Amino acid sequence: MTSTIAMTTGILLVLIGLFAILTQKDLIRIIVGFSIFDIGVHVIMISIGYISDATAPIIENLSQLGQSYVDPVPQALVLTAIVIGLGISAFMLTFAVFMFKKRGSLDINSFRDLKW
Amino acid sequence: MIKKALAVLLLAQLCTILFSFLSVYQEPTSLNAVSSHYIHNEPKELGAANAVTAVVVTYRGLDTLGEVTILFAASVVVGLLMFLHKNESAPRRDGSELLKTGASLLFPLILLFGAYVFINGHLSPGGGFQGGAIIASALMLTILANPNRHVGHGFFWAIESISGFVFVLLGIAGLVLAGGFLDSRVLPPGTFGHVASAGLIPVIYIFVGLKVGAELSSVVLSLHGKSEGGVQHHD
Repeated sequence: MTSTIAMTTGILLVLIGLFAILTQKDLIRIIVGFSIFDIGVHVIMISIGYISDATAPIIENLSQLGQSYVDPVPQALVLTAIVIGLGISAFMLTFAVFMFKKRGSLDINSFRDLKW
Repeated sequence: MIKKALAVLLLAQLCTILFSFLSVYQEPTSLNAVSSHYIHNEPKELGAANAVTAVVVTYRGLDTLGEVTILFAASVVVGLLMFLHKNESAPRRDGSELLKTGASLLFPLILLFGAYVFINGHLSPGGGFQGGAIIASALMLTILANPNRHVGHGFFWAIESISGFVFVLLGIAGLVLAGGFLDSRVLPPGTFGHVASAGLIPVIYIFVGLKVGAELSSVVLSLHGKSEGGVQHHD
């Protein structure tokens, strides 16, 4: 149940992000859309690791080891994914700054070099 | 208009696919073999209270090294591109008095909190990446308060290089003194749940925190575009 709610949120975030990437004309808005898409994927990945009625994988003392914990591996993976997503966002923002300095505009309709 | 309609159509299809996956998804009631092994053997093997940290730093330590390398590559590329296209913009409006005072008051506290988060990474939620991001946010706040101040990159590059180097050296120490590359059992495990426990994990996470903090700070500085030491570029 809990993971269904989280997964629905994740899917909605993915769809919102993709909608922004596909329809927006401003480079900064496309990058924000990409970030939302990224967060949606992270939420889906975290919710896949959820085990029914389990707690966070932080062990308070050794006698509690029998308790059920959620899967730590997707959480570790998402930690990696967040950092890489951040690197990509920084890279895209740099390109946006670059394009603005070259063309004086962030509207993708004014970049027509690859169109004919 | 037609493009927007096509986008909506595409998203509707994607939505159908994703929700049809969701409708057959069964929430698992027990861990799979690998995760169960990590959770149940990690406290005795490594002694870290936070199982996620044990997975990130030791069991999948090589991944973390690669991740830090990617972050390094991103910060270098951002720095290089901004350096190539450097042009001095008009002086920006200073932050308000409230923002300036608040920033100088909060700066040391945010640094302290960042250090707390990465030193306690093996005991509580948090760790090197989170602590590093908090440290970089402190620098971002001061930049927002004083947009015209010149901050040198050299200090951040030095911290970044030294901590990356030490990270790899600690990995090699694991290869020589313990079971393999990035094995944290070089130091004794200590008392479970104390700060000085879990072998090398807190030491590695301190250096990861410093490295990530320095890298994110230099990304922020590069995007700010007012750092010193670059040649002026005229077209």
